[in-house]
Amino acid sequence: MSESAITQAGRPILEEHFETLPAQEEARKLGMWVFLITEILFFGGLFATYTVYRELYLPGFTQGSHFIEVKWGAINTAVLIVSSLTMALAIRSVQVGKRKGTTLGLLGITMLLGVVFLCIKFILEWRVDYLHHHVPGINFDYAGPHAAHVKLFFLFYFYMTGLHAIHVIVGIGILLALSYLTWRGRFSPKYYSPIEVAGLYWHFVDIIWIFLFPLLYLIGGR
Amino acid sequence: MSVAVAELATRSRVHYLNESYGVKSWLLTTDHKRIAILYMVSITFMFLVGACAAALMRIQLLEPAGAIVQPETYNKLFSIHGIIMVWFFLIPSIPAVLGNFLIPMMIGARDVAFPKLNLLSWYIYIIGACFILYTLIYGGVDTGWTFYTPYSSTYSNSHVFGAAAGVFIVGFSSILTGLNFIVTVHKMRAPGMTWFRLPLFIWSLYATSIVLVLATPVLAITLSLMAMERFLHIGIFNPAIGGDPLLFQHLFWFYSHPAVYIMVLPAMGVISELVAAYSRRRVYGYAFVAFSSFAIALIAFLVWGHHMFVSGQSVYAGMVFSALSFLVAIPSGIKVFNWTATLYKGSNSYDAPMLYALGFLGLFTMGGLTGLFLASLSIDVHLHDTYFVIAHFHYIMVGGSVMAYMGGLHYWWPKMTGRLYPDKWARFAAFTIFIGFNLTFFPQYILGYLGMLRRYAVYPAQFQALNVLSSAGASILGVGYFIPLVYLIWSMRYGREAGPNPWRAKGLEWETASPPPRENFEETPIVTEEAYAYPTRPRAVRV
Repeated sequence: MSESAITQAGRPILEEHFETLPAQEEARKLGMWVFLITEILFFGGLFATYTVYRELYLPGFTQGSHFIEVKWGAINTAVLIVSSLTMALAIRSVQVGKRKGTTLGLLGITMLLGVVFLCIKFILEWRVDYLHHHVPGINFDYAGPHAAHVKLFFLFYFYMTGLHAIHVIVGIGILLALSYLTWRGRFSPKYYSPIEVAGLYWHFVDIIWIFLFPLLYLIGGR
Repeated sequence: MSVAVAELATRSRVHYLNESYGVKSWLLTTDHKRIAILYMVSITFMFLVGACAAALMRIQLLEPAGAIVQPETYNKLFSIHGIIMVWFFLIPSIPAVLGNFLIPMMIGARDVAFPKLNLLSWYIYIIGACFILYTLIYGGVDTGWTFYTPYSSTYSNSHVFGAAAGVFIVGFSSILTGLNFIVTVHKMRAPGMTWFRLPLFIWSLYATSIVLVLATPVLAITLSLMAMERFLHIGIFNPAIGGDPLLFQHLFWFYSHPAVYIMVLPAMGVISELVAAYSRRRVYGYAFVAFSSFAIALIAFLVWGHHMFVSGQSVYAGMVFSALSFLVAIPSGIKVFNWTATLYKGSNSYDAPMLYALGFLGLFTMGGLTGLFLASLSIDVHLHDTYFVIAHFHYIMVGGSVMAYMGGLHYWWPKMTGRLYPDKWARFAAFTIFIGFNLTFFPQYILGYLGMLRRYAVYPAQFQALNVLSSAGASILGVGYFIPLVYLIWSMRYGREAGPNPWRAKGLEWETASPPPRENFEETPIVTEEAYAYPTRPRAVRV
């Protein structure tokens, strides 16, 4: 068990209940994959419910979808895809042992893009929806055709994008913590599994958005 | 594999129970064995709360007009009984107590893969339990454990939110436990512990964990949608404002039917261990028993519609769900036949854990066969929502899962505490539970067949005799559960020293000291033989 002696920034990197470092790294990765499978089912329940109602109430859902801006959804898709690229580059950077500054920079850009995504989401989209009285339970006011179904659409819109936004916020928090640890010199080509596992999570959150965008923004043929 | 640590002086030895003392050393522990004990204490408390609700229900039903409570209170009693027993006792029972304690020991690991996550899942359980207790103290919930809409989302005036929040929260505890077990079984096995050398307990808990991870998140989403409808008055499930109540039932049972297998698969794992240990034989058809767990886990996800035969789903869906439900009988039958074949001409001994195992075999078989009645469309129309259903799932949940939990607890108690309990009392309690259980629930099959509906606080006078019989049985059952509570606690201080392997059983957990040291094994074991490698008896003895 020579790995147990390896320390980084003063702390041993091998937890005591693991025999070897590769075993520990593999366990962490598998753990994250299993967690992501749970997440798929978590969002899956929502996707299924949404699909049922989209099928039942297509005119109302189309009407609702026309109230939200494809432009912002598309820009946000691009923002998240670029953030996934910088996330992957950050992992690569620590894996091949680039300077600490490079890794920190790439993690920084990733977080920044996450913040940009949230700003577009909250300030340019949700705030406008609020001003237009489109928020169910708070100020929903729409008297056109299919009003009940438009309301249902907006409920799913806010629930699904809100749940996704919570995941983005959690992701930014994780990256913030990892940036601190990177700055403290905790990671090296020998030991970087926390960054890699966080990367899995970040990519997953992107993929959820890739499904949300067409589901919510691109219905009703426009 | 030698029993090297057998003769260690136990009194002065440092083990997981005496390595540190104080509340903090327990509340901040990451030791899977201590977390198992924390779970055991918590679920026992919740079991007592749920049992009190059941006792009040049985007293109420002594008289046709209801003996003690108003119908509204009765609704709250069966709701809280169901919610607590399903989510706060049965689902965590075998996985979080016995699984937590045993999985690392059985595979030769020092701990589960993520010990901190393991502790976190206990805290999440406690937070969920607090919500339930809050609900109970502030007036209870009356929706039944199923939270059917639109009653729960629109009409109920009880504390639906507290109860649903508790269930929502405790789900994450289950998910994290399942995640931990999956990774532990994959990545933490000792050298030589191949998949086909794993004890069958591990196989069944692995299958359980998959169901936990896949099904539980759907329940969380479903309950959150129900809560949104309740607060925001948006027609998600309420047809009066544009929703679809059937969709709630689909989503709810997509989780809650697999949840039945979350509760019974671990029990099957325990029974495999008990049957092998007390017949001193390798479980007959090891691979079949192992894979039947996966078959059950898979089919679990395909049969939820059999809860909705009379809910207005399409007749064709009903027919498909009915046919698929029959499939469950195949892997379940494989298990029961293989256990029976193991017992046949085995060197059987009838210690208390074995009595529980035999009780399981009979009661589970009966519960399973009556499940086939209910899976048949035409019969279900007659039996749906009657006491026949109540009796059926109590035969599975109590006759199956609780019997197995009790058997497992008795079997591994010496390992957990280092002490033996008085065997005569234990056997007496096992018999009492078996008799009390059958007296309680067998009359309910007849009541249900005669047409007595579930969830009513009153009933026609002609059903009184059978109801009194059932309530009398419940009191015997209560005594049966009380006796082990007394002698198990007694044994922790006054019981005989158990030694590492009091049952002369096979398995890595029996090769280390009792109670085990913090790191489970003095050194990492190397596995060289199959599970249940009991010596085969010479042929001549048998002839």
